[in-house]
Amino acid sequence: MLAIFAVQLTLAVLVTSVFACIQYRPLLFFSSGHTNNWAVLVCTSRFWFNYRHVANTLSVYRSVKRLGIPDSHIVLMLADDMACNHRNPKPATVFSHKNMELNVYGDDVEVDYRGYEVTVENFLRVLTGRLPPSTPRSKRLLSDDRSNILIYLTGHGGNGFLKFQDSEEISNVELADAFEQMWQKRRYNELLFIIDTCQGASMYERFYSPNLMALASSQVGEDSLSHQPDLAIGVHLMDRYTFYLLEFLEDIHPSSKANMNDLFKVCPKSQCVSTPGHRTDLFLRDPGSALITDFFGSVRKVEITMETINLTEPIQQTYSYVDQLPVSEIIHQKPKQKDWHPPDGFILGLWTLILLVFFKTYGMKHLKHIF
Amino acid sequence: MGLLSDPNRRRALISLLTRLNAPICVVCYMAGVAWFMGLAFEPFTLRTYMSENAMGSTMVEERFPAGERALGTGREFSAHKKKAGGMPVDWLVKTMQSRGLEVFTQRFSRRLPFPDEDKERYMVKGTNVYGILRAPRAPRTEALVLSAPCSPGDDNNQAVGVLLGLAQYFRNQVFWAKDIIFLVNEHDLIGMQAWLEGYHHTNTTGMDWSPLQGRGGSIQAALSLELSSDVVTSLDLVLEGLNGQLPNLDLANLFYAFCQKIGVLCTTQGKLQRNDWDSVSGYSHAVQTMMLMVMKQASGRPWGDHGLFLRYHIEAATIKGINSFRQYKTDATTIGRLLEGMYRKLNNLLERLHQSYFFYLMPSLSHFVSIGYYMPAFGLLALILLLRALDLWIQLATPPTFNLNPPPSQMSSPGVLSVLTPLVISHLTGVALYTLPIHFQEIAVEHFPVSETEAVVLTAIAVYTAGLALPHNTHRGLFVPPFNGWKVLKLVAVLYLAVLLGCTALINFSLGFILALTLVPVAAFVTPDVPKALSAFIMVILSPACTLLFSVFLFQELQEMPVSFLDGWMLYLSVISQGILDHALYGSLVYPLVALLVYPCWLLFWNILFWK
Repeated sequence: MLAIFAVQLTLAVLVTSVFACIQYRPLLFFSSGHTNNWAVLVCTSRFWFNYRHVANTLSVYRSVKRLGIPDSHIVLMLADDMACNHRNPKPATVFSHKNMELNVYGDDVEVDYRGYEVTVENFLRVLTGRLPPSTPRSKRLLSDDRSNILIYLTGHGGNGFLKFQDSEEISNVELADAFEQMWQKRRYNELLFIIDTCQGASMYERFYSPNLMALASSQVGEDSLSHQPDLAIGVHLMDRYTFYLLEFLEDIHPSSKANMNDLFKVCPKSQCVSTPGHRTDLFLRDPGSALITDFFGSVRKVEITMETINLTEPIQQTYSYVDQLPVSEIIHQKPKQKDWHPPDGFILGLWTLILLVFFKTYGMKHLKHIF
Repeated sequence: MGLLSDPNRRRALISLLTRLNAPICVVCYMAGVAWFMGLAFEPFTLRTYMSENAMGSTMVEERFPAGERALGTGREFSAHKKKAGGMPVDWLVKTMQSRGLEVFTQRFSRRLPFPDEDKERYMVKGTNVYGILRAPRAPRTEALVLSAPCSPGDDNNQAVGVLLGLAQYFRNQVFWAKDIIFLVNEHDLIGMQAWLEGYHHTNTTGMDWSPLQGRGGSIQAALSLELSSDVVTSLDLVLEGLNGQLPNLDLANLFYAFCQKIGVLCTTQGKLQRNDWDSVSGYSHAVQTMMLMVMKQASGRPWGDHGLFLRYHIEAATIKGINSFRQYKTDATTIGRLLEGMYRKLNNLLERLHQSYFFYLMPSLSHFVSIGYYMPAFGLLALILLLRALDLWIQLATPPTFNLNPPPSQMSSPGVLSVLTPLVISHLTGVALYTLPIHFQEIAVEHFPVSETEAVVLTAIAVYTAGLALPHNTHRGLFVPPFNGWKVLKLVAVLYLAVLLGCTALINFSLGFILALTLVPVAAFVTPDVPKALSAFIMVILSPACTLLFSVFLFQELQEMPVSFLDGWMLYLSVISQGILDHALYGSLVYPLVALLVYPCWLLFWNILFWK
């Protein structure tokens, strides 16, 4: 008796735990809390000798697109056109590896902000969403409070600023304020900020909004160095940090479980010469639980549920499709109400029956009171 | 009270100045000369570095393959040149067109003021041929120029061959962002002047040229190639241009960087660089190189076809191939690759070269001295003049302790007139020196058995010497000048010389410094009281003409081709005639400067020496 009871208890516990595990898995799927991914990739420098900044941005664009974020969710800002520059010996290409191994320009690159449109004002407007109503959708960052956004900046920078287009700068304070505006307007769930410039770590020093994680290619006082020149093209092709970042990202596939701690290890000082830095104190989750694909990819989540969902009573009335639209009220001047009419003659028959029963019961002498 | 407003202190300062004037002047002079000599000492110089960010490092792959074919083209050019007896215009036009360039020609003609005996020309008529390689995808707003001169005889055939070879190679590349103009100019500098004037629609020298039919945008940089042998042992870079103007140092840096990358021996002033700067011979080698540059810059003539571009703010240099007896030879393919690399880098330019220095001296190709370092040498010399002027001012301001003859009231008004007369007469002599030689050459030729060139030069020397006789005549003029009038004249003359030399040194440091070296001692120490014969002799030795004579000898010594006195004298005469011709043909300012300003100034001092 006791043995049977014990077996039953164990079985119950087992089933509950298994049941709980299976139920716990969906929670894991949604542990990041985001439902869509956006990327804002900015190259801020122009002129032919800054070829490598455009190549940097295009490499990240390529990885992000490969991992699933569509062009409609990527805002790509390139300050100069290297592929069609007169000095490019291989027109319509931008290479990231020497000996022209990898053409990151490809044939399906969609640049949203090009040339002189890449300004500090436009960048901040994209981030905060304060764009004129005529701005096309491809130039907008239409994120919501469940979007994970990747922001990648590259160009020439200094202690506390990033140079745009050789004529203006964005400071780290402005950037931090822009992110705070985004937070207050609930324009992001989590934000990953990567910057590859000289003294890049100064750009994330001033952040104060929650759920921000930042990576930079060099500390304050250090220069980020370029990686390799290509003698046929005559310029440096990539910066070191982004080169090794690209190498790391080439190994990531959409179902990869690599997390942010792996990303922090990209390009140690021996390879980069500068010391890459990162900042995670504003990030509410543990960086080890944040997957690379949370920011770089757009992983469609599949929800497995063990519950059965009871459907409610089928709707008695069926509407035609057109009538469900508000326009139907305009088209048909009055609202179409389906009144319920009882079947014909039923009332007559009913009353006749009632009278007959009445007179049967109480006699025919009351008939004259009625008629 | 302040230092200068306190009368006691001022008096002390003044007395210090008056007492120590001569020693300070001597010390300043020594310091100036020592500073100048110290400029060549390697620890005091800076290594050259590339300042322009757009040009970056020598990070290109040069792939020019066709050196031998270029030499073959050069031989063809030579044959056609002999056949045509000048510039083979039709052959050049056809060849350039077959290489895919847009070819145009320009005719020009010029009559020199007198025959040029060095190059044996008087009535010059010629044609320039140039082909434009249009940039495949760029708008036609900027251009680069590669030029080679069409020289008579066997010179520079290989240069034209390499030019045409490069034209063919460049035509096949798609990465040109600027048009490249390949120019073959006839009669070297005269043709180049005609082409530049036609290109920029200016006519400053009165030449006759046909307008240019094809144009390529504003020229950013130009290189002129002089190559007369199939193989070279070294490449020489010539920088000095018209009026001592130099191209931006970045052009020299670019050349040097590519020489190092490709491994070609490169020189400047024809002198190889040495590594032993701490030894005496190493230092003297650097001094010699720098002195050669100083003398070439002071002469104010363009030392290569590139010299005329500089006036239009186009950075240009000449690359000469030198074939001396050395084991390691460089072939035409390597030279082509060096030029290809340089042009690819110039192609990357976004603005004109402006990041590096425009005023510098180069004791060797890898070291330079900028204007901030060499100007104090001149400043010290100019300080002597200012000290002398102060001294004279003080002497004039304080009345003399006892004053016998003229009463003080007579000092003021005749003072001005006594200064004005020598000034006017000296300047009139200067004007005579400037105009008479050319105007009276026909009369001279009629009366004397000399050629026109000799007539011009000898007239110049004659006018110069005649000026020496003047002081004896001006005094028999209107009045007897007062006793101290020479001080006023000297004050004016010293200040005049200071301003003149200062302005000259700003534009052409070498000319200003050399003139200062000889004229400042003259200005400082000449008074009517010094022994006349000795000081007259010293003054003549230190006059501009003799300075030129000594410079000619020194120049030949520095180039390791010393000449005897007679040859040196003939060279001197030809230098004078070339100077006058440069002024007439290209607008060089050395001859008018010396004739109209420096010589009258020196005459003023001569006047003071013979003041009675």
